[in-house]
Amino acid sequence: MKKSDKQQKYKEVAYYPGCALEGSGHAYNRSTKALGEKLGLKLKEVDNWNCCGAMEVKNIDPKIQTYLSSRVMSTAANKMNMDVVMAPCNGCYHNLKKAEYDLENDEKSREVVDRLSKKAGHDTYQAGQVETIHALDWVKDSIGEEGLKERVKNSLEGIKIANYYGCMYTRPRHIFPEKDAGPGSESTSKPHFMDDLLEAAGADNVEFPLKTACCGGAHTLSDSDTSTKLVTNILRAAEAAGAEVIATECPTCHSGLEMHQIRAEKTLGIKTNVKIIYFTQLLGMALGLKPKKVGLHENVSDSFDFVKKKGLA
Amino acid sequence: MPIHEKSLIRPENLKVQENIEVEGIDVSGHWSTFIESRVVTDYNEALEEEIAALPGGEFIHRCWQCGSCTNSCTVNALDADFNPRYWIYLIRMGMESELLRDKDIIWQCVSCNKCTYACPRDVVPEGVMKATAHWLELKGHTPKSHSTIFDEIFSEQVIETGKIEDGRTIRRFFKQTGQALRQPWLEEMVKRLLRNLPIGMLTRMGLANFITPRTSGWSGARDAIKEYVAEQEQHHRKVLGLDDLVKAAENEL
Repeated sequence: MKKSDKQQKYKEVAYYPGCALEGSGHAYNRSTKALGEKLGLKLKEVDNWNCCGAMEVKNIDPKIQTYLSSRVMSTAANKMNMDVVMAPCNGCYHNLKKAEYDLENDEKSREVVDRLSKKAGHDTYQAGQVETIHALDWVKDSIGEEGLKERVKNSLEGIKIANYYGCMYTRPRHIFPEKDAGPGSESTSKPHFMDDLLEAAGADNVEFPLKTACCGGAHTLSDSDTSTKLVTNILRAAEAAGAEVIATECPTCHSGLEMHQIRAEKTLGIKTNVKIIYFTQLLGMALGLKPKKVGLHENVSDSFDFVKKKGLA
Repeated sequence: MPIHEKSLIRPENLKVQENIEVEGIDVSGHWSTFIESRVVTDYNEALEEEIAALPGGEFIHRCWQCGSCTNSCTVNALDADFNPRYWIYLIRMGMESELLRDKDIIWQCVSCNKCTYACPRDVVPEGVMKATAHWLELKGHTPKSHSTIFDEIFSEQVIETGKIEDGRTIRRFFKQTGQALRQPWLEEMVKRLLRNLPIGMLTRMGLANFITPRTSGWSGARDAIKEYVAEQEQHHRKVLGLDDLVKAAENEL
């Protein structure tokens, strides 16, 4: 697809917030909506959406997860007549992409989804009806770096940021056919879309080796000690790279980093000071939105004094 | 002869003779360290088939033992005993008793998919780990792990209402696993969260405890999924011969 086509196509998208954005990740929901409004991008929330299955339902049975995700896409395509679904949560984004891949390539998945959809009484989702994108694709392709530069009011200049993408945004590779597709496309080994956007807003991105490391999000409660160790690695690596902020683009990663930053302090005695802020919050503030407008008060990691010091409030 | 690679041998397989005399010369202790030779007789020839019948394990037969999975593994970096390549080998060989030595850590796979990303044969090792953990529980070798308990609570709520409310899921999980909610780090987190929240937001969060979020018009989907789950459970029991196991146990009693 040509760049100008995408620019037009992403001006109005079906918005799939997902469960986390209604609960622990509400700051991400608030800041994504505020950012869309500020940029003149329209979000139409998927009617009556359901959970995509997250990291859990696939362990009961992967095909139920495929069905759950397909129902969301079916609603967007068949009831709302939309051709793009934008999911800011890595988990939702990943599951919708996985369902798309399975429905295109696996006969058994098609059979199960068709059977369940008919029983549930809605149209079966057919692969190719919608394009699922992440909030990063949404901003990058509709506004882009140049568009952002023109709109920046409070530059992020002087803020050292480690961009953290987590697992579900890039792995496994086969469900993201548009990635690793030459110049301009996203990389699965060294993702850079968030780096590009924040740099356009003036940020000093640091060289961060753990961009796609795992935070242990799937076992954040059931195996907390492992998660705490994994998160501590990420926080320390970010600080060692000179970062003051870790920018996130996934509610599970974000709350995992916040929660285990505290847990590491309380159980291992390891204290880190790096702030954890959603990239939509950073971009929003760069475009002149007030911290509360992007839900900074809903983060556990308290960065009010920090953003004030950096001239963003 | 000294054994240079002692660390590679399990301590119980190293035999030291404390009192041995050969032709009048005392060669006790260090001088007579032997490695117990290992004989495997109890193969489970159906092991690979059983794992492959569970969701995620379908492609285990493709593995050619390159070790990319273990090399890239997040959990292996924290615990060298967590070794997907080795477990896949044992499963394919049918060496069930060897596999059972590691039964208590296999569930710890965090599903980061680094193995699946690295695997040149599309084995989907992440799926194999989940299938193996599931197999251990179905066969009664391990109790349900905390991870499985969490998955079940979570999925039950999704299937019932179409959505998840995280506070409720967390409380149910802590209760079912017998953990106290009042843990210092959890209290500290709530304290920090409340510091900046306005009162309206708190009311909304409080209300979520009483009003479960739901997808409207969900009942059709709920019934369809429940029927499918029951059908799959039957299928897994059959492949693993669980009903025969139960019958055999009853006869013995």
